[in-house]
Amino acid sequence: MTRTVLVCCGTGCLANGSKAIADKFEALIAEKKADARTECFVKRTGCNGFCENGPLVKIMPDDIIYYKVKLSDVEEIIDTTLIGGKPVERLLYKDDKGRPVTKQEENPFYAPQLKTALRNIGFIDPLKVEDYLAAGGYEGLKKALTMTQDEIIEEVKQSGLRGRGGAGFPTWRKWQTAREQNAEVKYVGCNGDEGDPGAFMDRSVLEGDPHTVLEGLAIAALAVGAEEGFLYIRDEYALAVKNVTAAIKDAEAHGFLGDNVMGSGRKIKFSVVRGGGAFVCGEETALIASVEGKVGEPKPRPPFPAIKGAFGAPTTINNVETLANLPVILRDGGKKFASVGTEGSKGTKVFALVGKVKRTGLVEIPMGVTLRHLIYDIGGGIQGDRPFKAVQTGGPSGGCIPENMLDLPVDFDTLKAKGAMMGSGGMIVMDDRSCMVEVARYYIEFLAEESCGKCTPCREGLRQMLGILTDICEGRGKKGDIELLESIGEMMQDACLCALGKTAANPVLTTIKYFRDEYEAHISGHRCPAGVCTALTSFKVEADKCKGCTMCAKACPVGAVSGEVKKPHKIDPAKCIACGSCREACRFGAIATEGRKGK
Amino acid sequence: MADKILKEIIDRYPRERRYALAVMQDMQRHYSYIPREGLELLAGHVGCKVAELYSMATFYKALSLKPRGKHIIKLCNGTACHIRGSVNLINGINRELGIAPGETTEDGEFTLELVNCLGSCALAPVMVVDETYYGKMTLEKLPSILGEYRKEAK
Ligand SMILES: Cc1cc2nc3c(=O)[nH]c(=O)nc-3n(C[C@H](O)[C@H](O)[C@H](O)COP(=O)(O)O)c2cc1C
Ligand code: SF4
Ligand code: SF4
Ligand code: FES
Ligand code: FES
Repeated sequence: MTRTVLVCCGTGCLANGSKAIADKFEALIAEKKADARTECFVKRTGCNGFCENGPLVKIMPDDIIYYKVKLSDVEEIIDTTLIGGKPVERLLYKDDKGRPVTKQEENPFYAPQLKTALRNIGFIDPLKVEDYLAAGGYEGLKKALTMTQDEIIEEVKQSGLRGRGGAGFPTWRKWQTAREQNAEVKYVGCNGDEGDPGAFMDRSVLEGDPHTVLEGLAIAALAVGAEEGFLYIRDEYALAVKNVTAAIKDAEAHGFLGDNVMGSGRKIKFSVVRGGGAFVCGEETALIASVEGKVGEPKPRPPFPAIKGAFGAPTTINNVETLANLPVILRDGGKKFASVGTEGSKGTKVFALVGKVKRTGLVEIPMGVTLRHLIYDIGGGIQGDRPFKAVQTGGPSGGCIPENMLDLPVDFDTLKAKGAMMGSGGMIVMDDRSCMVEVARYYIEFLAEESCGKCTPCREGLRQMLGILTDICEGRGKKGDIELLESIGEMMQDACLCALGKTAANPVLTTIKYFRDEYEAHISGHRCPAGVCTALTSFKVEADKCKGCTMCAKACPVGAVSGEVKKPHKIDPAKCIACGSCREACRFGAIATEGRKGK
Repeated sequence: MADKILKEIIDRYPRERRYALAVMQDMQRHYSYIPREGLELLAGHVGCKVAELYSMATFYKALSLKPRGKHIIKLCNGTACHIRGSVNLINGINRELGIAPGETTEDGEFTLELVNCLGSCALAPVMVVDETYYGKMTLEKLPSILGEYRKEAK
């Protein structure tokens, strides 16, 4: 028999040293070959989505998955599992009841997931087209080559696929518009800009399964009648750029792309364009300007890119995850895809579940699952079992959702109706130690820096909102600030040119709507209830709870905590810079916060 | 000398405006900033004004027109890292090195850059020095990590 050792070599696991682990497996397996009755291969895969517990090592076909593997564990895994056929218990994941689980599907993080876009990641070597083929790759393209343009578009229409880049626009409709244009040259583009500052879904797909994106884009090219396409990937995503570039070469060498696609006589050529790292370049008209070698500023629409886009030619832009679904839709049929999800939102969606949850990572779930299921079952609840406060979805254009909305299904339309949005998939969980005013300030600061400045309402509106929010966080808030924020926000929704400006106020408006009391506490109570805004927070040790463990004193960067072992500690308010490190370090909840010093 | 390398980078691409960004990114990677001569040579190569390239270089955040330090500290201030305390680390680095985001230490050893999501949110807050990742960063760990790079400098 043969066994495969799958070593996760996504960004997170690489950061934790997985390359050296893969190297050691290879070297030791070669060395020990003589004693093994089985033949073993090592495979380096993309991100398994559970980076927090990386590096991950999977053994197939035994279906054993190890977490937090160290270099020093490699030999034991070879001896016990590869040669001995038994699991190494201490490297298994412990479920919520503390029981070790062997298989991936038994892990509570993975169990409820249903993978379509991420179907291959973690099982294939992204640099080997043979792996992709063995997993049913390029079957969708093969089928599409036998279909007419209208048949392809009809299949995608049946699937109900809507764009995963944030807006949820029906994919088939965009294609239909471009298909109807009578033009010599047309382009298809992949949006791999992923500008949301807290998300990494697209990166994981580009790195871990580049061929599925190429196949999706090739299907798009056939549908609209384009021979050329580009993949716009931000330059910081070095591994993604490298893997996609290599995959294009490989696909051409195997005839899946190039001058004669799978012997059909059709021509499809792709190139990679590296993005310059500006959030606004994720907006499709700005992306196109950037591809043309210009400053990436949005243009007014109409004309829509599907009519007049890159270099004046009809152009469709699709998000990475949208494209990753297409091979499956063509291969297995649109109807099957549409059997998952809700009435208006079909299929699955990938989320980057991060923040103050116990289990963080990339998850793919059917549309319509509730936020509660996502956060409490998959995410395991809030770190340290602290109270949940809010979940921020949709990145800088999205909003904060409070506890009483946790039972809402996650899909395109439900969250939108509540002033938030599902967005491209960032999902940031916050607890009682996250300040909602500060979160709003954070997003506005990000957007103020990223606004291209072309239109005044966006530039000036963001600048003003940032000034007000900074004042509130730093203890200079005034009566009337909340109302002023609201009116600026509403003005921007109407007056801005592109969606960056139109949606920029969402984080502010939703936090005001659902957490107004927190704004008021800052302004009239002179305190930050979460204990985050340093000007409005003072820290003290509650003597009756303090066990004198000295953890807080060790954590304090400025030596403000003093006390003897096993005796209550004390914070010197003159030295304290209100960083909160002691509160994070204390395991007895003995560090409390109050409002501004002297209030 | 510098001219030769710059020429070599520029010549990797056809003489078309659409490749200007790629050339600048390559220069950035090689020098960790874009030298003035680079902009001038590139303008000649693709046939546009230096000013146009200049506005691109200031628009795209990943490009820098100022020389940077020997060690680049990238501190993630993406959302996940932010709510897990990256601001404290910004202040901590400021206390240790006396630099704010975007600045370089006087001795030219360190530059601090704030970046958005590094794709390792599960390890938040994340700091990267040169190519090495430091996950679950705390103020407590900061002095010894920076100390390693300082020692190296001596
Ligand atoms: C400010 C702004 C930033 C955007 N950033 C992205 C992005 O990073 N990735 C993405 O796929 N779409 C992004 N979009 C949406 C795109 O404009 C476009 O709708 C999308 O790429 C279309 O692909 P889809 O229909 O497959 O979702 C952004 C939009 C705006 C207004
Ligand atoms: S809304 Fe903002 S980002 Fe969009 S075009 Fe106007 S200024 Fe630029
Ligand atoms: S809040 Fe920060 S500075 Fe103040 S005592 Fe705690 S650790 Fe020290
Ligand atoms: S990189 Fe290994 S699980 Fe994400
Ligand atoms: S937000 Fe810092 S790594 Fe994602």
